[in-house]
Amino acid sequence: MQKSKDEFVDVSPVAHPVECEAPNDQIANETLIGSNIKYLITGIVFGIVFVKAEIISWYRIQEMFRLHSFHMYGVIGTAVIVGMISVWAIKKFNIKTAQGETVIFHDKQFHWGNIIGGFIFGLGWAITGACPGPLFAQIGSGFLVIIVTLLSAVAGTWVYGLFQQKLPH
Amino acid sequence: MIELIRQPWPWYIAGAVIGLTVPALLLLGNKHLGISSSLRHLCAACLPANISFFKYDWKKEIWNLFFVGGVLLGGVIATQFLSNPEGILISERTVSDLQALNITVDNNLMPASIFSFENLFTLRGLMFFVVGGFFVGFGTRYAGGCTSGHTIMGLSNLQWPSLVATCCFMAGGFLMVHVLFPWLMSL
Repeated sequence: MQKSKDEFVDVSPVAHPVECEAPNDQIANETLIGSNIKYLITGIVFGIVFVKAEIISWYRIQEMFRLHSFHMYGVIGTAVIVGMISVWAIKKFNIKTAQGETVIFHDKQFHWGNIIGGFIFGLGWAITGACPGPLFAQIGSGFLVIIVTLLSAVAGTWVYGLFQQKLPH
Repeated sequence: MIELIRQPWPWYIAGAVIGLTVPALLLLGNKHLGISSSLRHLCAACLPANISFFKYDWKKEIWNLFFVGGVLLGGVIATQFLSNPEGILISERTVSDLQALNITVDNNLMPASIFSFENLFTLRGLMFFVVGGFFVGFGTRYAGGCTSGHTIMGLSNLQWPSLVATCCFMAGGFLMVHVLFPWLMSL
């Protein structure tokens, strides 16, 4: 059977970049350990803050969704404001990366997944008391049973990948 | 000094450090904060299964796996060396709400009465670990990001779809805690 050329065109309504939503935009070559060790260290700082500010706590998430404490709103709000000012400054003063490259920003394209997927994630966030980042920190904190949750999250991502073309976007 | 570090950190310190991760990653090497992507890279690396969504050069994105590896190590360091001997103090109202649902509130970061291996093969365990984790992984990828990628990175870059996603994260959480949770705890 002959296939027309059109059948090979990706019909996905979501314009997924070849790489991912948060692609690596560095042009300069990277070595496996030498270039990536700095992200490991940044991650360590991130993980310590997660634990020390109790962001990975299931109780804190309950408190947040019950509107009984300002703590989590304060953390997220401050992070967003500091992030906004930083991004604004990088754009305004055209601050270059350590490699001397221009920082690249990506616009996010709206699709229905933002709403449906976001809602599903919210349900999971409240049950597990964790977004993906805290899952890793919870395991590090000694809650080894969360390895099951993490594997299940990987499975969820995989199933999304399997049905991506069939889901409304 | 170490005494000060051992205490729970206030929200403005934690928020500022998390916010500064955005420019840190951008300036260290044009990287965008986004943690749920690591789950996608794990799929692409371990079980791509010829699914087009996982057919990309994950090795180019390996910094993200170093980053989450660091988050895990940070959890080890904070708990082993910097932990607060007093335990966690949460709002009285949350404590009484949880007790009303028969959850034993302890001083850990997570209630041992739910998050322990003994519960793994119970119906409750299935909901908390397997279904909860699945929702996190499926939902974040469908939404195109999580609290870090959308709420922090996306909002920092003034992306309105990220604001929509963030509102939906919160809506899902409120519905779970206020409507579905009492049912879940009766299992």
